[in-house]
Amino acid sequence: MEGVSKRYGGVRALENASLAIGAGRIHAILGENGAGKSTLIKILSGVVRPDAGHIALDDAEVAFDSPAAAIRAGIVCIFQELSLVPDLSVADNIAISNPPLRFGLIDRQAQRRIAEAALERAGATDIHPMALIKDLPLSRRQMVEIAKALARKPRILILDEATSALTAADVAKVFVVLKRLREEGLALLYISHRMHEIAELADECTVFRNGSNVATYRAGTKSDGEVVEMMIGRELSHVFPQKPPPREETGPPLLEVTRLGWSDRLRDISFHARAGEIVGLGGLDGQGQRELLLALFGVLRGVSGEIRVAGRAVSPSSPHAAKSLGVGMALIPEDRKTEGLMLPMSVSENLSFAALERVTRGGVIDRAHEAKLVAKMIELLAIRTASPDVQAGALSGGNQQKVVIAKWLMAEPRIILLNDPTRGIDVATKQEIYQLLRRLADSGAAIVFYTTDYAELIGCCDRALVLYDGAIRRELVGDEITERALISSALNIGDGPNGEGRRP
Amino acid sequence: MSDWRYVFGQNRATLLAFIFFVVMFAIYASNHPAGFSANVVQTAANKGVLLALVAMAQTFVVITAGIDLSVGGVFVLTNCLASWIVIGTAPAAALGVAGVLLTGLACGALNGLIVIVGRLQPIVTTIATAAIFYGLALILRPTPGGDVYGPLADAFTGRVFAVLPASLMSLGAVVVVVWIPYARSEVGRAAYAVGSSEQAAYMSGAPVARAKFVAYVLSGLAASLGGLFLTFVTYSGEASAATGGSYTLYSIAAVVLGGVSLYGGSGSAIGAIFGALMFRTIGDLLFVFNLDPLWQPLFQGLVLLAAVSLGAARLFQVRNRLELMP
Repeated sequence: MEGVSKRYGGVRALENASLAIGAGRIHAILGENGAGKSTLIKILSGVVRPDAGHIALDDAEVAFDSPAAAIRAGIVCIFQELSLVPDLSVADNIAISNPPLRFGLIDRQAQRRIAEAALERAGATDIHPMALIKDLPLSRRQMVEIAKALARKPRILILDEATSALTAADVAKVFVVLKRLREEGLALLYISHRMHEIAELADECTVFRNGSNVATYRAGTKSDGEVVEMMIGRELSHVFPQKPPPREETGPPLLEVTRLGWSDRLRDISFHARAGEIVGLGGLDGQGQRELLLALFGVLRGVSGEIRVAGRAVSPSSPHAAKSLGVGMALIPEDRKTEGLMLPMSVSENLSFAALERVTRGGVIDRAHEAKLVAKMIELLAIRTASPDVQAGALSGGNQQKVVIAKWLMAEPRIILLNDPTRGIDVATKQEIYQLLRRLADSGAAIVFYTTDYAELIGCCDRALVLYDGAIRRELVGDEITERALISSALNIGDGPNGEGRRP
Repeated sequence: MSDWRYVFGQNRATLLAFIFFVVMFAIYASNHPAGFSANVVQTAANKGVLLALVAMAQTFVVITAGIDLSVGGVFVLTNCLASWIVIGTAPAAALGVAGVLLTGLACGALNGLIVIVGRLQPIVTTIATAAIFYGLALILRPTPGGDVYGPLADAFTGRVFAVLPASLMSLGAVVVVVWIPYARSEVGRAAYAVGSSEQAAYMSGAPVARAKFVAYVLSGLAASLGGLFLTFVTYSGEASAATGGSYTLYSIAAVVLGGVSLYGGSGSAIGAIFGALMFRTIGDLLFVFNLDPLWQPLFQGLVLLAAVSLGAARLFQVRNRLELMP
């Protein structure tokens, strides 16, 4: 592919990117969050169309308008978010796009044979072809996903973090399979954040940064340190408010988490956040940051470990309990359109929604009092809206995000959890949000701030916790928060000059 | 063999519906004043098959995670149409039957087009088309009346070999000719996939739009078979809003009793058929025990609620509360 670009609204996801993959090679793609890796895969597998550029297969130009078209051309992708149908059996899923037919009907015996052969090729003979996907654990599903891809006889196989849920034994089996496929002449595109996997598998590596390919090199010719160096280097254009000097530590912290665990997604998480502190959560996307915030906010069931607020143990059983007086938590969610706002309702209704009990007298909403508080919030956050009665959905993305934040500020929380609040909003609004966060911290709130943008961790946070695979990999304090330290701990490698000190 | 464990596990809901129905019907028949006779079975079958066909129509759409509130409308419309055109000589009646079934197909195709091309929600679409179908039925039959080709009606509502009810035989034939090939076809498989996870189905390259369209078309066909059969039973056509409405609601109840998930992706029309027969038997049970028929809706409601609660028990295991909110 050559010169491929894609924009989402004003955001450039891919800018003039080029990539060449040869048959019988394993090509690894590296890059930090937002470098354009997922957009690249989506274009290759026919999920989105590029705005510009060419894709050629065997020197013939191709364009895919659906995943089905890409599959017909021999490009098969194993997605990170599994593409299996939960209510169908393993065999049904493996043969879903092209089931064997006999007299126009699906030939179940033939389908069974195909599924058994594919499972064997993937090294997953322990999976029964008639089991339903929804009854299988995640690691087995991922093996089915791999078997399904193999059954399609691909020419180009794309693996997007395809080993993230696998056990070490499975990974070893999958690697044997992938190496065999390479010998059979397939082209493999391997996206992973696990450096040791890439070192073992890849023939070539390409590093992506800011939506473009910045370097391609033969595997093994660059050290981990050099690779990190290539991933660094995006312009830091935001202006961040001054960080205050560290405060003296007095009394118990406002939020203290001890050995928190949930399912197999969060492991042994301990940290604290003091009043006046902004604690950043970093790491690559999907390492448990979202689950951690949801666990604190009472959304998840079966959370182990202890949460203390101002020294008192709490176990919020719902967002309603988490925002209550004794706890005083607020969560600014990831997706403002579905979890943050009621888009068809007015700005005013949205703003007062999390603090309705404060404007309610005897079960009835006191409209005058509500209007007063709403006006104060609109002024405080400089929300640009023609009137408080405008539909929230009619505002710009940045102003919508301000409404979500203001809505929670009205509940006067002590602990503010933020899940990537600046994603997809304009630079000016971002800076207003940074200043607001600092003001809130100064006035005594404890802030836990998950962001996929390293610049925000560096510029905004007093401390940063880097998560990897559901656990805290590293804590960085003050000046230790650098792009190099963030990226290398996000990739779970050491940050020495030559990449020494890598941990298994 | 471990294969049987999976076969059993995946058809458990259908099997349960079958067992519940058999038990209920045995209680009913053994307490019937006339005893377990061919006559009792025939009467019960003719009543049950009507709802079974409409429930089957509902199943096609529910499997794709949609809902079809126009099945009762198609049922009534095709009943009224049949009372006009399935008359006269044998060849004329045969043409009439074809016309009735084509009308059902067309009604289903209309629903499918609106849902797929127009991207409207199934529930709104089918409420609107149900009113349209009922309106057409009223134009056809402002007052109850009409006729039907007698020999055909008697053949389908009578008995074969003096014992087997012909209505059940024809229901079985519909299952063998329509449902089983459908469930084993590529488009049927895709319908289950769409209902289970439309995104995964799309990403896997399954024919999503075609699967939905065929589901609505077959729903229309099955509902029109029901309408045709109603004409055979009543010898007339009637544009009754009460009939249309109650058959639509009961079809949803039957589908749930038969183990078809309203979230889509699992269940079978065979289960829904037993669900329908069960629902009918609940009403009849009150009759044989000499209970006041006024208790019937209350009793049916309680049974339905109990069945749905059993199906929802798995939700207690969900660990992320956001997943409880689709």
